[in-house]
Amino acid sequence: MSKPEQQVVGSGAVDGKGAEFGKLGAFDTHIYDTEDPENYVREIAAEDASSDSEEDSPNVSLPRTRFGPSKELLEEAARAEVDEDEDPFQETRRKAIAERENEYQSKARARGVLSRDVLNVDDSYVSQMKSRLEEDKMETSVEKQKMLEGNHNEGNLSSSSEVSSSSVGLKRQRWDDDEKTPSGTGKGGNSLSTSRWDQTPLDVPAGGQRRSRWDQTPDIAASSLLKDQKTPLWTPSIHGMETPRLYDPGMTPEVYNQVRWQKEMEERNRPLTNEELDEILPKEGYEILQPPPNYIPIRTPARKLVSTPTPDTSSGYRIPSESTVPKSSIGIAPKIPEELEGVMIKPEDYEYFSKIFTVQDESELPLEEQKEYRIMMLLLKIKNGTPPIRKSALRMITERAREFGPGPLFNQILPLLMSPTLEDQERHLMVKVIDRILFKLDDAVRPYVHKILVVIEPLLIDEDYYARVEGREIISNLAKAAGLATMIATMRPDIDNPDEYVRNTTSRAFAVVASALGIPALLPFLRAVCRSKKSWQARHTGMKIVQQIAILMGCAVLPHLRSLVEIIEEGLVDEQTKIRTICALAIAALAEASAPYGIEAFDSVLKPLWKGIRQHKGKTLAAFLKAIGFIIPLMDAEYASYYTKEVMPVIIREFQSPDDEMKKIVLKVVKQCIACDGVEASYVKTEIIPEFFRCFWVRRMALDRRNYKQLVESTVEIAKKVGAAEVITRLVDDLKDESEPYRRMVMETIENIVSAMGTSEIDLKLEERLVDGLLYAFQEQTGVDDGTVILSGMGTIINALGLRAKPYLPQIAGIIKWRLNNKSVKVRQQAADLIYHIAPVMKKCKEESLLSHLGLVLFEYLGEEYPDVLGSILGGLIGIVNVIGMENMNPPISELLPRLTPILKNRHEKVQENCIDLVGRIADRGAQYVSSREWMRICFELLELLKAPKKAIRRATVNTFGYIAKAIGPQDVLATLLNNLKVQERQQRVCTTVAIAIVAETCGPFTVIPALMNEYRTPELNVQNGVLKSMSFLFEYVGEMGKDYVYAVTPLLVDALIDRDLVHRQTASTTVGHIALGVAGLGCEDALVHLLNHVWPNIFETSPHVINAVMFAIQGCQVCLGPGLILYYSLQGLFHPARKVREVYWKIYNNLYIYAQDSLTAFYPRIEIDNDPNGNYCRPELDLVL
Amino acid sequence: MATNPQQNLYSQLEHLQSKYVGTGHPDISRHDWCTNMARDSIATYLGHASLVDLFASVEGESRGRIRYHLLEKLHSPYGESKERVLSKKERLTQL
Repeated sequence: MSKPEQQVVGSGAVDGKGAEFGKLGAFDTHIYDTEDPENYVREIAAEDASSDSEEDSPNVSLPRTRFGPSKELLEEAARAEVDEDEDPFQETRRKAIAERENEYQSKARARGVLSRDVLNVDDSYVSQMKSRLEEDKMETSVEKQKMLEGNHNEGNLSSSSEVSSSSVGLKRQRWDDDEKTPSGTGKGGNSLSTSRWDQTPLDVPAGGQRRSRWDQTPDIAASSLLKDQKTPLWTPSIHGMETPRLYDPGMTPEVYNQVRWQKEMEERNRPLTNEELDEILPKEGYEILQPPPNYIPIRTPARKLVSTPTPDTSSGYRIPSESTVPKSSIGIAPKIPEELEGVMIKPEDYEYFSKIFTVQDESELPLEEQKEYRIMMLLLKIKNGTPPIRKSALRMITERAREFGPGPLFNQILPLLMSPTLEDQERHLMVKVIDRILFKLDDAVRPYVHKILVVIEPLLIDEDYYARVEGREIISNLAKAAGLATMIATMRPDIDNPDEYVRNTTSRAFAVVASALGIPALLPFLRAVCRSKKSWQARHTGMKIVQQIAILMGCAVLPHLRSLVEIIEEGLVDEQTKIRTICALAIAALAEASAPYGIEAFDSVLKPLWKGIRQHKGKTLAAFLKAIGFIIPLMDAEYASYYTKEVMPVIIREFQSPDDEMKKIVLKVVKQCIACDGVEASYVKTEIIPEFFRCFWVRRMALDRRNYKQLVESTVEIAKKVGAAEVITRLVDDLKDESEPYRRMVMETIENIVSAMGTSEIDLKLEERLVDGLLYAFQEQTGVDDGTVILSGMGTIINALGLRAKPYLPQIAGIIKWRLNNKSVKVRQQAADLIYHIAPVMKKCKEESLLSHLGLVLFEYLGEEYPDVLGSILGGLIGIVNVIGMENMNPPISELLPRLTPILKNRHEKVQENCIDLVGRIADRGAQYVSSREWMRICFELLELLKAPKKAIRRATVNTFGYIAKAIGPQDVLATLLNNLKVQERQQRVCTTVAIAIVAETCGPFTVIPALMNEYRTPELNVQNGVLKSMSFLFEYVGEMGKDYVYAVTPLLVDALIDRDLVHRQTASTTVGHIALGVAGLGCEDALVHLLNHVWPNIFETSPHVINAVMFAIQGCQVCLGPGLILYYSLQGLFHPARKVREVYWKIYNNLYIYAQDSLTAFYPRIEIDNDPNGNYCRPELDLVL
Repeated sequence: MATNPQQNLYSQLEHLQSKYVGTGHPDISRHDWCTNMARDSIATYLGHASLVDLFASVEGESRGRIRYHLLEKLHSPYGESKERVLSKKERLTQL
């Protein structure tokens, strides 16, 4: 996949004007070239983790060595043999999100969160915009002044290194000069806090240490530097930070561990100090000598290793004291708070959550820090805890969100989200936290909108679908909470950001805002942006927003189509190439979204579009053609015909384009044009087809997957217009081409044409050539890939030929027989599969003798040892049995089935599935051909199959029990099954209970229930539970048939409902629920009230399964007994003094309320208290009587 | 037997329920609950035309007027709760 995309990225430079320095070229214009908007993110090439820039930093490429003697040696070795130190588990380990991101996506991290001020909440949109404008001006002037003064290093730096640090634009430098920049909010006191979010404003020293230069050695002690870090990842830890390198933003958990190990090893293997030597060696008899003056210590590690070891003179092993290795330095916390018991803590967490591990007593902290501590604790629990811990922490953080306040919350969450070591699951959880607290905080989030956006926007271009959906959800919730004005004010500056990445994500975010708050609300803003004279970037982003809106909202753009088109139409004649391109793409997206309506809206763009295709080249032309391709299908027949003829010369010219992107678009446009009514077949035949086949039907096209698909689709479309024969004649000889991928492409095309249009147009001559080609392609396939294309193509075409296939069948059968004997496994398998495909045709052509002959051949091959082939052979037999029926089957069923019994033991999934399918079919339709003893034997075998991991197999097995029970009577089968309830394995028991229920369903409940009730008397837990479970399934399956048995099983259920065993009560409750649902309205209310009385005391159970079952039973009774009765049951506890009781009762009440809001009206209690100060809550209406 | 989706459903029951207007919770006040009941009742009356007909013929009013009165009442059937009125007053006096 990734190859063509990279070309897309790379080809940005080929664009008419060439890519700008430090930009990704015309990347964005090609993001949406696929027809399927779901796939859009795939366009961004996913590079290997190995090429990740983050792993390349020099200080982290150390080898993973546990017993490295010294650091020098390690480093030398690292230089020598980096390759050998590759992690063998590289492929299997879970990757942090940062690792799998490509360069483009990882720009999110470079962007940082610090870039924008906290907005003043109270200001209106207008004033915010005004202040921002002023701010911009001021900034620019300050900037200019500085440049003039020449004392500003960043200015120079930013001009040369815009790529590496995208945030060095105008806006991003504010951390450096906030003294001179007005805060823009009009409140002088705020000026210090403006661009900081990770600090409490008071910390900042009033003056001094303000300016930190890029080229100066960073002064760790100066706190202001740390605060000015662009990305707040490098959290300084208070304890034991001897080597600040330990936690580097570029580190992955993997590397981190490695470094930690190495550090620990170094610590342990450090040379002995003199004091230690004094302690180890005896005091007397030794003298400390000065080393001789000419002594030079051995520096070369290799010689060091082979030096003679000193004889061990120590007095034995000494347990190293705790203090020798400072634990914090190797990432082990000195103490884990009790609250975090059971929470797994990763090494990097010690950095983020250092406070948790250093603070001894939370209550000693000042209030603000206590809050921070609580939040950290909750976040850590959510991030790493087990589901129950996580759940309660999530609830807690949601409930207390208002109390914590948005500031402290986001200050903790957002840096976590930007962490390079974040994994998918963790990101999902953090995003969920944001989602929940957004609801709670509501408009209090306003000052944090930009920070949240910076963190969430990258999700919109994530490769993971769910991440994109989550991102959209958050942004839409954010938009709803913060309001349109804030959203626009916040994102406005990003619209003309010089960095393409920022603009790209911003436009997507705007589209989400539009979908959340409605397109009309955004229209005036979009209009202004798209006509912006200030910068082409703004116009570009504006059009891109329109495009994104169309992709995101689909046909919902229709009501606003005209205004959207009006907004962007001027872009088609813009002087900037990029604008013209994105405008055309936006129009394409709009036309695609609004199809098949809305052609009127596009009237105004038709002329510039058609004029444009004569003026432009390359990317722009491709975009214009794409727009035309989407607009033509919306037109009336005659217009479509006219405009197609206008565009066709250009399209045909571009057939020869070497550009892959252009090829795809041209193919698509051809397909779209040809599909229109107004385009005549004769025109297509004379003008398009010759050139089309000459340029596109070449072997090279089969190699790229996307070209391949597009070509097949377009060719099928042409065939639909000009007739199957015309196209197939041109293609059929290529079935014998020597390139296999090409043959496959031809085969797929012919298959699609034939299945769409049948074979009536194909004359005898063509038919012969076609079958000839088919057989050639079938026989020549090497089976490098799965070969399904050729196989299904062959099946479809032969089936479509129907009776006309008769003359070829003997030949095909011959080939199959010959190939069944082949040495290659794949060939045998394909042959057997083909039988399955063509059996129906053989029957239709009255080739029964051939069929039964093939059946016999397959029967003989049942000894096949390759499971894949055996499965296919069984599949072939199924195909034959299906068409010729049980009675005519050759070999006779009575011989076939005993042969299948041992195969049932085979553990291979495909074999099991096909075998049980065949056996089930025979049991269903031809059970009489086999003795009942044989069937019983099969019953025993089937019990084994219940263990199968694949659900389809277990389902087929359970159904087969039903067929067999029907054939030989339920008694014996039931006895077998009931015995099987005693086995230990749970899955087998569950399947057995299902089988019992199915037997009851097929043979009538009366055949099963007595035996089941009898079995319940066995004093064994598993058996009783099994019986209850069978009952549950049974009543679920038989539905209203159950009414005759309710009174019979009631005593049993009552017994189970008052059992001490939880599972008894749980299963019995489920049974009651199913019974109630089945017999609703059939007059069994008395029994059900009785059962409900026994179910009700269980409402206070806490085990989730039991409480679920009980709630289910109560809901069933709601249906059967009516909501009024349940309301009166629940009224007794709604205002109980004990909260625990109230909780449960309100849960029941709410359930009831949602289910039967309307009908409850008649049953609500009268609450008429005359002396109540609040007045009288009477509802007199229903008392009215005429 | 409770299948998987059902189990999920029940485990999230409270969350689901809280999404509906008119559901209660353990700390609901009498006033709120009664207001909910009254609103539901009125909604039901309005939803079933025959009930409106009945009320109209009993009271000797036109259907339109009955409907109008019911609609009027729907917003706050029993007025604001006393506690809330009190707390509002307190706030006012504080100002």
